[in-house]
Amino acid sequence: MQPFTIVTGKVAPLDRANVDTDAIIPKQYLKSIKKTGFGPFLFDDWRYLDKGDLDIDPATRRKNADFVLNKPQHAGSTILIARENFGCGSSREHAVWALSDYGFRAVIAPGFADIFFNNSFKNGFFPLALKDEEVEALFQESAASADFQLTIDLPAQTVSTPAGLKFAFEIDPFRKDCLIRGLDEIGLTLQHADDIRAYESRRREAAPWLFA
Amino acid sequence: MHAPTLRAEPDPSGAAMAAKTLYDKLWDAHVVKDNGDGSALIYIDRQLLHEVTSPQAFDGLRLAKRQPWRLDANLAVADHNVPTTDRSVGIEDPISRAQVEALDANCDEYGITEFKMTDARQGIVHVIGPEQGATLPGMTVVCGDSHTSTHGAFGALAFGIGTSEVEHALATQTLVLKKSKNMRVTVRGKVAPGITAKDIVLAIIGKIGTAGGNGHTIEFAGEAIADLSMEGRMTVCNMAIEAGARAGLVAVDATTIAYVQNRPFSPKGEALQKAIAWWNTLHSDDGAAFDREVELDAASIQPQVTWGTSPEMVLPVDGRVPNPAAEADPVKRNSIERALAYMGIAADQPITEIAIDKVFIGSCTNSRIEDLRAAAGVLKGKRIAGNVKLALAVPGSGLVKRQAESEGLDKVFIDAGFEWREPGCSMCLGMNADQLSPGERCASTSNRNFEGRQGAGGRTHLVSPAMAAAAAVAGRFVDIRSL
Repeated sequence: MQPFTIVTGKVAPLDRANVDTDAIIPKQYLKSIKKTGFGPFLFDDWRYLDKGDLDIDPATRRKNADFVLNKPQHAGSTILIARENFGCGSSREHAVWALSDYGFRAVIAPGFADIFFNNSFKNGFFPLALKDEEVEALFQESAASADFQLTIDLPAQTVSTPAGLKFAFEIDPFRKDCLIRGLDEIGLTLQHADDIRAYESRRREAAPWLFA
Repeated sequence: MHAPTLRAEPDPSGAAMAAKTLYDKLWDAHVVKDNGDGSALIYIDRQLLHEVTSPQAFDGLRLAKRQPWRLDANLAVADHNVPTTDRSVGIEDPISRAQVEALDANCDEYGITEFKMTDARQGIVHVIGPEQGATLPGMTVVCGDSHTSTHGAFGALAFGIGTSEVEHALATQTLVLKKSKNMRVTVRGKVAPGITAKDIVLAIIGKIGTAGGNGHTIEFAGEAIADLSMEGRMTVCNMAIEAGARAGLVAVDATTIAYVQNRPFSPKGEALQKAIAWWNTLHSDDGAAFDREVELDAASIQPQVTWGTSPEMVLPVDGRVPNPAAEADPVKRNSIERALAYMGIAADQPITEIAIDKVFIGSCTNSRIEDLRAAAGVLKGKRIAGNVKLALAVPGSGLVKRQAESEGLDKVFIDAGFEWREPGCSMCLGMNADQLSPGERCASTSNRNFEGRQGAGGRTHLVSPAMAAAAAVAGRFVDIRSL
């Protein structure tokens, strides 16, 4: 997993609340049995005017020029900003894979749905929560400057902008460490295999029907 | 949206400190190792697998040369992609077929029990778990599907996970979890005749919003919840995720214990007696502290219809579509304007003047026998309206379908002009051929009215099975109580 430390990048402002994972990556792409290649289909229904599918070359499709990712000034963005409750709905981790595959490293919003939030950390993708008014300030600065960039400093836990805004954020220490080091969580858990076996033998005694 | 009712902090002294919520009890019973930072390694009793969110997890196992920790904790079924038409011809769409074949191959390779597409027990994963007794009170149940919250109806801690967590649970039989907060939604008193579990849960979501339960496990309580059958409780818990809560819960009672007995995977004999003794403790203690409490008056709940593109955009059937001009918050006003434009409806339009093109009765929310009976009860002796191009009835499992047919419900649907299909997720998310075309409007018993959910450009209105059947007959939404 790619470590996440200090990321400076261009910002794409997606001014919507309750962006659901169906919107992030529509159903037809969930038929893929791979983890990669979802980037061209990110926000598919908003980004293109015609209907796409796994076997349709995105280069042949009509783009919606009004959608933020299609605006030239936002090409190559690596940080997304959005409104409250980002990532609600379906548990599809494909949503995170699509954001990552497109090139985003982080999304900043006032709040995230729980499953999306969890899925993000498993993929080295950072769902960064700031206060409502801080996110509003980022939207305003983004609207005022054509190639707005910002810097996420994960070790220092700050977000800073060219205009000089600097916001501190909170993050769970374990998650922070995993992001910075790009750790494999399954490997970490298997270090506690003896604890899992001990739990199982206690449980088998108390509730044998769970092991039938 | 109303502000939630907050409860005063409990008295920190005295015996009340020992009182636990149902969620606390389930959490405590599954802690393998407490990390001391609010997170813990939690043991997983049951993992349900389906074709969409598992292939990358199995690939991950193979890449890391890991084996599943405990095969008998897993149960697999293909449901999202399967056709609901004649299955003897296989799956026409090559990409869907490849995904279902990948699940079959993975289960065969590792020796995981799977109900294959032609098995009578095949069905929607959240219907078959309880039906088989694979979901039991007190279990932790996970699945790579957000509607895993359904199984909380049994007093089980059940929640949806992403594919990385599917792999983690396969490899370790555990998940690293942060404990969520406790929330209780109490529905006081009795609902009026004709009001169903679906109306109750839509009314709850309308009140607390789609982010209202974020970070919480919601326990549904009160007389109106206790009065529900297990099917009704599953409908309520199913949509806990639409209120933002990863897990929903209902306390175990006599209804629960009666339901889970004599099912293929449920304990028998002495083990059953031992199990029942434990199951009877699975309720929140008197005086247990909740971080947040919300109350609803059951008698005030009316038949619900969603009008917009988020489940919180819901109104009683006698309501009118909101007017964005009346909304002061700019983010919310923007959401209403977008939703009205997408849905092709006008501000202040009465819900009962919205005409529909298609009807879908099915999904993990409303495809159980009780749902089919409720819809058939409305349809008996009637025909769908001329403007309804397609009406689908999709049972939740092969066994539900068989039961419905033994009661003659299939005839009622077919005589009314419905198509009677094979079990699967179907038009809830349209991963198979069952989809809306752009601009088409559907009365649907499913759980999400997001943009494009049932097909790109499709417009979804969420309702109960009886309301969907009534809309099919009238060609527009009608108040079930007026029939």
